[in-house]
Amino acid sequence: MNTSPNAVQEAKQLTMHDASIAAADSVENSDWDLVITPSRSLLSLQLSDVWRYRDLLYLFVCRDILSFYKQTILGPLWFFVQPILTSLIYIMVFGNFAGLSTDGIPKLPFYLAGITFWNYFAECFNKTSETFLVNAHLFGKVYFPRLVMPLSIIVSNMVRFVIQFVLFLIVVGYFLILGQIEPNWTVLLFPFFLGCMAFIALGMGLIFSSLTTKYRDLRFVLQFCVQRLMYLTPVIYPLSMLKEKNYAWILAWNPLTYLMEALRYSFLGHGEFSMLGLAWSFTFAAIILTVGIVVFNHTERSFIDTI
Amino acid sequence: MTTAIQFENVSKRYRLGQVGTGTLSHDLHRAWAKFRGKSDPFAKVGQINNREEVGGEYVEQGEVLGIIGRNGAGKSTLFKLLSRISAPTEGTIKARGRIASLLEVGTGFHPELTGRENIYINGAILGMRRHEITRQLDNIIDFSGCAKYIDTPVKRYSSGMTVRVGFAVAAFLECEILVVDEVLAVGDTDFQKRCIGKMQELSRGGDRTVLFVSHNMNAVASLCTRGVLFNEGTLIANGLPEDLIPQYLNPPKTKVAQETSQVDGLSITDIEILNSSGETINVVTQEEDFAIRLSLHHLPKDGDLSLGIHLHSMRDQRRVFGTRTSMAGVVLPNSCQSIDLKILFPLPKLAPGEYFVRFDLTQDGHEICRFDSTLDLIVVAPPGSMWEGTNDFGVYTMDHQWSFI
Repeated sequence: MNTSPNAVQEAKQLTMHDASIAAADSVENSDWDLVITPSRSLLSLQLSDVWRYRDLLYLFVCRDILSFYKQTILGPLWFFVQPILTSLIYIMVFGNFAGLSTDGIPKLPFYLAGITFWNYFAECFNKTSETFLVNAHLFGKVYFPRLVMPLSIIVSNMVRFVIQFVLFLIVVGYFLILGQIEPNWTVLLFPFFLGCMAFIALGMGLIFSSLTTKYRDLRFVLQFCVQRLMYLTPVIYPLSMLKEKNYAWILAWNPLTYLMEALRYSFLGHGEFSMLGLAWSFTFAAIILTVGIVVFNHTERSFIDTI
Repeated sequence: MTTAIQFENVSKRYRLGQVGTGTLSHDLHRAWAKFRGKSDPFAKVGQINNREEVGGEYVEQGEVLGIIGRNGAGKSTLFKLLSRISAPTEGTIKARGRIASLLEVGTGFHPELTGRENIYINGAILGMRRHEITRQLDNIIDFSGCAKYIDTPVKRYSSGMTVRVGFAVAAFLECEILVVDEVLAVGDTDFQKRCIGKMQELSRGGDRTVLFVSHNMNAVASLCTRGVLFNEGTLIANGLPEDLIPQYLNPPKTKVAQETSQVDGLSITDIEILNSSGETINVVTQEEDFAIRLSLHHLPKDGDLSLGIHLHSMRDQRRVFGTRTSMAGVVLPNSCQSIDLKILFPLPKLAPGEYFVRFDLTQDGHEICRFDSTLDLIVVAPPGSMWEGTNDFGVYTMDHQWSFI
């Protein structure tokens, strides 16, 4: 221990110097597999990194699905129970007591459509917006592209959605045989509508999850808002019902409005199918998702110091 | 030899104090300053920043680098930067090859899932592909020694089993640079030995670089080819681990603590640990007498006063021993400017480890002030049995003899 630490340091630095000159002569950083710097360009989205961790995404989805019904008797059947019960309650409260219009569509498929699609959106939004808070411990211990986490939420909720969607299709089939609803070719566009919804949920979720690392207040704001947002979207009532009202502009600017209406139009035959509205929804989804990923990647770098 | 990791003037600044009230207005100020091209108005306010620095330093491929230092010296910060959990404030880190960091074993284990399912998830979190895990699955299960329970949910596992499964996954990681932080502290002795053995095996190939943080000097000495010593955020020494360990255990300067309280100028100063010949120290061996001395100033003018002294273990904060002057029949005089006190502990037999001292003062049985001393006491095993005792459990070394009857 009697060698002076300074001498050792100096010697080391000299060697390092030589090595780095040699390296610098060739190409700046291409020689290194990983370069960690204080800040990186806002626009480097690190998507290739996410692709490299696709197996993790898959396993997170498996984990979410498996752990949901471990130690239950009915297992995945539980995914059915919630929409059925909620539909029955909505039929009773909004359909019968309040007497809201359903645009001439039978009540059950009308509410079930609203619930199935809205639930997917709300679940995705709520869960992704908690990404940093809920996973703070995990994120503090190991690195992986953080984006994998919200993406896995979108996908695992998609699996859950598909199960509930099957239930919805059964109901649609039943009413189709009865001849009370008339689906049309726009049904083929349904993955596009759903994708748009998922992207909006993901984009907003990413933005909120980034902001909540610093401002916890947003968490409460969010819980409150998602619930209220349902009433500002034609989920339990048709858009046609509010056409004449002077606050209809709120719904007109809500990008979810046209997606909901288009979904209902394609599966049930009534609703507004507005090309302009859908174009707005799509533009909104694209913008919000890009902004979300940029903000999220920016926060990812140092959120562990502020959470 | 090629360089595996290179640090270029890396530093990390932390904001001390709470992030909370006022953050929004601070953030707005900061954004406004940035917008006008001025420097961060809050970055240089007094004590706000705690800077931890790693100068021009590099790690060669195939090295096993031991990183040692006291609590808060910046070891974990370094690892966090390296494993990309947190970004450096300044400087650049460059690395060749995949970095796998093991700051905790069993990260991301889900209690409801079985051991096998968790191996997959944990492996993937650490950066393995699924087919890599499948290929290594038998080895991993074998190494963990939990083959019998591998299809049982992890929530039924004992903590030891969870740790074993977690480490087993990490042991079969395919990476060029492995960063390991203190994970050995959680297992039992047998498991620790197995982990060290595995890590030696990993590094023997010569192309794998290992960075290792531990307070277990025994492990550092036997595992590492080179060591660096950190103190208060800066690298202070670099060399063979055998040379650094004594420097770590006997910091060149002994700290003398001073504490003041708000109560009428009441204060404790000159808190020191003395050895039997009266020298100020803070490292003692288990079989050495030591004393703690202190000076009390401006004691209250009335009431029965009693000074309490409490020795706590640094590891789990638990109190090892505490006593009061009143219990020993020592009467503290009222209204005196200052008095010097000494408490002697003959043959304390504390287990090797780090301890700290707390004081409190009571008046008529009510606590009037409390001092959390910054004074640390480090107990080491006697030179003959250098660091052998570190694997015993608890805070007290009882005399013992094993025999067959």
